[in-house]
Amino acid sequence: MLKAIIGKKIRMTQAFGQDGRVVALTAIQAGPCPIVQIKTPDRDGYGAIQVGYEPDRRTRGPKQPIAGHFQKAGVKPHRILREFRLDSPEEYQIGQNVTVAGFEPGDRVDVSGISKGRGFAGVVTKHNFRGGRDTHGSMFHRAPGSIGASSWPSRVFKGHGLPGHLGAKKTTVQSLEVHQVDAENHILYVRGAVPGPSGGIVVVRATTKSQPRPKAK
Amino acid sequence: MDHPALREFEKNQLRKDVPPFSPGDTVRVGVRVQEGVTKEGKERYRTQAFEGIVIRRSGGGLGETFTVRKISYGVGVERTFPLHSPQIASLEVLRLGHVRRAKLYYLRDRKGKAARVRERRRTVKTSKAAPKSAPETSPDS
Repeated sequence: MLKAIIGKKIRMTQAFGQDGRVVALTAIQAGPCPIVQIKTPDRDGYGAIQVGYEPDRRTRGPKQPIAGHFQKAGVKPHRILREFRLDSPEEYQIGQNVTVAGFEPGDRVDVSGISKGRGFAGVVTKHNFRGGRDTHGSMFHRAPGSIGASSWPSRVFKGHGLPGHLGAKKTTVQSLEVHQVDAENHILYVRGAVPGPSGGIVVVRATTKSQPRPKAK
Repeated sequence: MDHPALREFEKNQLRKDVPPFSPGDTVRVGVRVQEGVTKEGKERYRTQAFEGIVIRRSGGGLGETFTVRKISYGVGVERTFPLHSPQIASLEVLRLGHVRRAKLYYLRDRKGKAARVRERRRTVKTSKAAPKSAPETSPDS
């Protein structure tokens, strides 16, 4: 079963691990995601399956082109469409549902979402500058300070941190452990934090990070 | 609106054997401590008692914690436990305390006689949850 799914962050919670310690978890409402389209290397140049998430409940439904796309697949319209690249998409069929059942506790996953927007952020928030002290006559608080020397080099070095827009962009947290899978309610419990607000759309896939080899006994 | 399945997930982890107690009370917490591994590869546990005054309860639901303070060999020791932790083997209320605030941080600045808490002379309402380890009967009941 495919280890990739679209979901929605519910909120964070906690559980007690096997050693009795508290484990911080994020609950993700994930799937079921019907397969809407299958892309093959022959026809599309790459192999992938396209899945939908969250049925479109608007009375008018989606706009015509999208509605037609779903109609062709014989799948009810969904609000979100995402693709998952695969080497052998032939294994799957249109209309088939991708569910959390593809995941098991202990799996490592990458979770992508749109991070919370921070607006125009200063250098302390955005680049972890230290800033100055607040009291004792200090007149330097959260300003960036010097951004370089003068006549040489007469420019600011590339990559220098400056204030600007922060957040509200696609962010991936890698190698989170799946703690529990609730197939009945379509919920994944993942260890740690996940980008975005509660209610934000996230994509969960098997991690691309290499895992340490299990310890030899 | 909270997710019903998530509420269930948390509810299932709540302990039903937590006796009612509040800051100022003296409690004995039985803490499960791992004591190495047996020959068969099983983990061995024993229970270690931590007895002292509850100086705070914090949070609610599954994440609720409480802090117990005691003086051990002249040194103040505080331990914070998750209220619903499976590591707590037992929780006994030994003595009810009469205090006028919720967080007893002022006890940290006191020692000896000054660090005592007056005993509460009223019986608390008995809670519906039957505690596994029943608190000792109230002094004047």
